[in-house]
Order: sequence, then structure tokens, then C-alpha cells
Amino acid sequence: MGDPGSVGVAFWILAAVILVSGFLVVSLKNIFHCALFLMLCLTGVAGIFVLLHAEFLAAAQVLIYVGAVSVLIIFAIMLTSNLARKKIVQTNQNALVAFISCLIFVVGALWLIKGTEVWNFTTGSLPADNVMTIGKLLMTQFMLPFEVVSVLLVAAMIGAIVLARGEEA
Amino acid sequence: MQYYLMLAALLFVIGLFGVITRRNTIGILMSLELMFNAANINLVAFNRYISGDGLTGQMFAVFIIVVAAAEATIGLAIVLLIYRNWRGIDTDNYSVMKW
Repeated sequence: MGDPGSVGVAFWILAAVILVSGFLVVSLKNIFHCALFLMLCLTGVAGIFVLLHAEFLAAAQVLIYVGAVSVLIIFAIMLTSNLARKKIVQTNQNALVAFISCLIFVVGALWLIKGTEVWNFTTGSLPADNVMTIGKLLMTQFMLPFEVVSVLLVAAMIGAIVLARGEEA
Repeated sequence: MQYYLMLAALLFVIGLFGVITRRNTIGILMSLELMFNAANINLVAFNRYISGDGLTGQMFAVFIIVVAAAEATIGLAIVLLIYRNWRGIDTDNYSVMKW
């Protein structure tokens, strides 16, 4: 993965993209534009995963979030929002209080991260064949969570169908 | 690694701000996705720099992605149902579960 300098530059670009588009997601008036910026933000997070040597997660992020979840959100916006009404106030009365409390939270978190001296950095390196190792782990050590998550997905699918089917059935 | 943690903290707070201030239910769900992603960045960063040889952090992130997808599916189905019953999805429209 390249030399440290180019990784640093890539990190700063990705971080700027993620933070700016994330801020636009929560602040824009038009909910459809918010969904598009959400896709941009999630793609940036996939880039961060590549920088962290998590290639499988980056691929899954692009497929599941940017592909599936965003399309689902856009479908829901199309089905529900009245996009002709552009001038809708999207925030409620809590904005100022929320801003202050979030500011306190983030200052605390950054102070904590900055102030920690001992991180116990490892010298080991991740397995080179990311996808193969994850597949092996899924079938051995993480067998039970894998099955539970399959059951959860089936339950979610059936639940969504039952909820959205409506009254006539 | 501290920079990754700072990025994740900022993204989480942006999502938190969105969850609190959004009036549109779909906006709240989108902000929730931002918070999930911040947690995933943290897990993967710790996996890369602290845990060494294992991939436990990445496995956790995989399961979080799956759970987030299920949550989005159910959430949007509920949003559609609310829209069908109340003709609107703003959170101040439906307060029947308040007392």
C-alpha cells in the first residue's frame, strides 16, 4: 500500500470528503440531495477501509451501503416525500441545544483521543489474503454469529414484507 | 491511528446532531447510517493498529453492516406504513404513542 506520504494525502482527502458530505447530509433542506450526499459519504468510508487494509469490508461497503441501502432510502423518499414542496423546514426546535451538546461531546472525545499517551501499538501485520481469512473465520470461529445473522436477515425480510403489504391481505 | 479515531468521532457527532434535529423520519435514518459508519471506522482502525494478526475487528464490522442493512429495511417499511396512515412522515405529525 504505497508509501506513507501518499497514504496520508489520501487520508486527508477522504476525511475532507466524508466530513463535508456528512455535514451536508444533516443540514441540507432537500432530503433527496441529502441521500445523494449520503452515498458520497459512504463511498469515502469505503476508501478509508481500503487505507486500513480492509479490502473485503470496502467491497461490502460499496455493495451494501452505496448499492442497496442508498437505493432503498431513495425509493422511500420517492414514495413518501412531497418533493415539490421545496421549502420545508427540516429541523425542529432542538437545533441550538443539540448543537451545543454535540459540541461538548466532540470536544470531550477529541480531548480524550489527544490526551491518551499509551496506545499499545502492535507490531504484527494483518493477513495478506484478507478475503480468504475472513471466509475461513466465518466458517470456523464466527460460525454461530454467522447463522444468527442469517436468521436476523430472514426475519427482517419477512417483517418488511408483512409491514409494507398493507391492509388488504 | 489517532486521526482515524478523530474522524470517526466527528462523523459520529454529525450523525448524532442529525438524529436530534431532523424532522423527517428518513433524515433520521440516514443520520443513523452515518453513526454506524463511524463505529465501523473505529473498529477497523483498532483492528489494524492494536489487535495485530487477527481480523476480529473486521468481523465485527461485517456483522454491523448486516445489522444496519436489516435495520434500514425494517425502518423504511415502518416509514412507508406511517406515511400510508398519517399522510406525512415528519416526527411531529404522529405522537399517538406519547402520553
